[in-house]
Amino acid sequence: MKSVCFYFKIHQPFRLKRYRFFDIGNDHYYYDDFANDEIITRLAQVSYIPMAETLLQMINDSNREFKCSLCISGTAIEQFQLYVPEYIDLLKKLADTGCVEFLSGTYSHSLASLEDPEEFIREVKMHDDLIKRLFGVKPKVFANTELIYDDDIACLIGSMGFKTCLTEGAKHILGWKSPDYLYASASCPDVKLLLTNDKLADDIARNFNNTSWDEYPLTADKYVDWIASLPEQEQVVNLYMSMDTFGSFLPKDTGIFDFMKALPRFGKEKGVRFTTPSEVVAKLKPVDMISVPFPISDIDEARDVSAWKGNELQNEALGKLYGVAERVNLCQDRRLKQDWEYLQSSDHFYYMSTKNMADGASHAAFSPYDSPFSAFTNYMNVLADFLVRVEEQYPENIDNEELNSLILTIKNQAAEINELNKEVNSLRTNILNADDSTNAPKEELLEIAEKADVETPAKEAAEPAAPKRRGRKPGPKPGAKGAKKAAK
Amino acid sequence: MFGWEFPPHILGGLGTASYGLTKGMHANGDMDITFVIPKPWGDEERGFANIIGACNTPVAWRDVSWDYVNSRIGKIMNPQTYFDLRDHIYADFNYMRLNDLGCIEFSGKYPDNLVEEINNYSIVAGVIARTVPCDIIHAHDWLTYPAGIHAKNVTGKPLVIHVHASEFDRSRGKPNPTVFAIEKDGMANADHIITVSDLTRRTVIEKYGIDPAKVTTVHNAVIPLDDEILNLKRTDTKDKVITFLGRITMQKGPEYFVEAAAKVLKKTKNVRFVMAGGGDMEKDMIRLAAKRNIADRFHFTGFLRGKEVYQMFRDSDVYVMPSVSEPFGISPLEAMEMGVPSIISKQSGCAEILDNVIKTDYWDVDAMADAMHSIITNKALYNTLRDRGIEEIHGITWEKAGKKVIDIYRKVIENRQ
Repeated sequence: MKSVCFYFKIHQPFRLKRYRFFDIGNDHYYYDDFANDEIITRLAQVSYIPMAETLLQMINDSNREFKCSLCISGTAIEQFQLYVPEYIDLLKKLADTGCVEFLSGTYSHSLASLEDPEEFIREVKMHDDLIKRLFGVKPKVFANTELIYDDDIACLIGSMGFKTCLTEGAKHILGWKSPDYLYASASCPDVKLLLTNDKLADDIARNFNNTSWDEYPLTADKYVDWIASLPEQEQVVNLYMSMDTFGSFLPKDTGIFDFMKALPRFGKEKGVRFTTPSEVVAKLKPVDMISVPFPISDIDEARDVSAWKGNELQNEALGKLYGVAERVNLCQDRRLKQDWEYLQSSDHFYYMSTKNMADGASHAAFSPYDSPFSAFTNYMNVLADFLVRVEEQYPENIDNEELNSLILTIKNQAAEINELNKEVNSLRTNILNADDSTNAPKEELLEIAEKADVETPAKEAAEPAAPKRRGRKPGPKPGAKGAKKAAK
Repeated sequence: MFGWEFPPHILGGLGTASYGLTKGMHANGDMDITFVIPKPWGDEERGFANIIGACNTPVAWRDVSWDYVNSRIGKIMNPQTYFDLRDHIYADFNYMRLNDLGCIEFSGKYPDNLVEEINNYSIVAGVIARTVPCDIIHAHDWLTYPAGIHAKNVTGKPLVIHVHASEFDRSRGKPNPTVFAIEKDGMANADHIITVSDLTRRTVIEKYGIDPAKVTTVHNAVIPLDDEILNLKRTDTKDKVITFLGRITMQKGPEYFVEAAAKVLKKTKNVRFVMAGGGDMEKDMIRLAAKRNIADRFHFTGFLRGKEVYQMFRDSDVYVMPSVSEPFGISPLEAMEMGVPSIISKQSGCAEILDNVIKTDYWDVDAMADAMHSIITNKALYNTLRDRGIEEIHGITWEKAGKKVIDIYRKVIENRQ
């Protein structure tokens, strides 16, 4: 019995508006709302919604035997919430069937795994929290941004408690090996690896409406046959595709949705099961270890990370961005943190790619810019403004450690105040409990308590994290102001 | 081939382009090129083409001796060619003003009696066409179209004309009717038309009403600069330098450069702007710079000659060409070869072939200012444009352009048969 895992990827970045250098310092809103709205709404109409409905129907028609998995980025979910909220409901319906597994990933579809491990861990946690909050499931299988993976990343995700990771079945890593087995990571053997089968995925994604393809037209019958006739030991086929392939790249009238709907029936006839990665991993044992010293991905001909880190422009932009990672994470400013997420999306760097060989066309097709240089210029202008704002939060001349210790002091003070308050409270209760005693000592005690009370607010002015008491409002500007004062 | 200019005695881009193309075609091999110009000086590079001067071609019989001819024009032309040409005089032109060798005098420039000179040039072309056997005739720019047509009528060989610029580019939409008529006549009589950019191609099709199938674009290339120029030392300057270089006329869009400069200077201090060149709008630009209150950081150099041009490139951090309409525009290619990142307008022909430059609309001052700012503040962008620019320019050779022209010749000759 062979298992097929479908992984549908949904990601949309927050595209930046045209941001000129003279906007730096004057305009702190960076996003092209019109384009973002237009793109996600259009894709939802032609692809995301019909595809989700198709999946729902497939699950119901097959008596919940058809299963698949979804990789959705946090920025995509935010845009659905903003522009196509009904889609979230549809996803919830899918989640409720129990036949759809949600994969873990980075919140903003970022490159943090390559740039900053701590930020990466934070991003993944943030993503998984969002999934848990919306769909009530905690992701167990990890799929990085565009399946970026290497030995270091394996260790990272292993340390975060993931046991399974999906990545690219890159030819230059596998050599003669087939991707249709379960492997384990060489650097962190606890992490099992599922590898994508690009050939079979491309047969759908690229060749389905390619009339010059020698196997055209592709039918569900034929396709399931191919999978069934794979060597017997090959137990799992991982098909990783962008969800907008269905309905957008392959429009509805190509018959792609009917093709999908027919799959479970033929699967049943020929002994091919459509399932989720967690179920597969529970059944299989890794056949071998795989070592990936240099990062791989599922993008471009080279299947490496050169689409985002292939030239000086991209490296400069990435360096500048992640240079302030620690700082931003110390900040409490909500808008700053939000921008921090959106600016990390790998797409911004993808647009800066200067590859002009075979892959150039696909880079250009997705880019809202007319050249990689204007993509870079626009991004750097936005980033410059962002950096100014980070600088305003914490002056650059204090280094991170000093800042950390200052923030720690403030935190400790908060703890101390908490302690003192508890003391005051317990004293007060004591007094109230001291009903039996005479009135005079009680008043005296109360007076003492009042005094202690007066002392604390003075400290509290610089201390936001203090607990609420007597209807007093908590400090409105947490962290930031306190740090500044302490720095002075 | 009929041309008007040839290096080193050039007045504009036409000479350089004709020279580059001829050399490139020769490099493809199997080509025998005769290049006719009005007045050779004797110091032209030869070897790849046989240069014949119109001013040395007899149109009336003079009984002169070999030695005499040799002493008069031996430095410029093989006397034997003179006698061959003399054998093919086809009419009596003695009524014209001729010199002792029976030749018409040419200035080789763009004199006031240009139309007369063009006419004379085509008279001479008749003699040359009868003398030199050829398979195809190639005429560069409107000055030589009448000669090309004449030669075509004489020999019956196909005519290819090369549009380096059209009257519409030169006059910004208000063409001189005489020139327009000559151009239109040339295009109508040509078997094929080569344009230096798709921009010019569109002009030819739309403004002159030519069948698109007859018009092909062959982009210009660049002749590698000498080491002497490439090794020029940069003058030490504390500030970044952003340069406009070219004639200061409406066609080149200088006012957009000044406006963009004003925007950049509002935000950035360590940058200077240079407007190099002369032209009818120079005074207006000085006034405009003063009005925008940037005169302290905006400099005018006046007209630059020879090596001064390259020194200017060497001292620049960014080169800007905001041309409103430019058939091709060779100077960004030279700037790039010198390692200067360039910003060019989308309305220039070279924008069609260049990748490692920043392209903006000429009127989009904001975009232009943004690009300038980005290059001078982001080292990574500067380095990328510089390194990739040099690499890219090295790939744009006249040899490839020559190959395309030869392919067109083949097609034209085939169609004839």
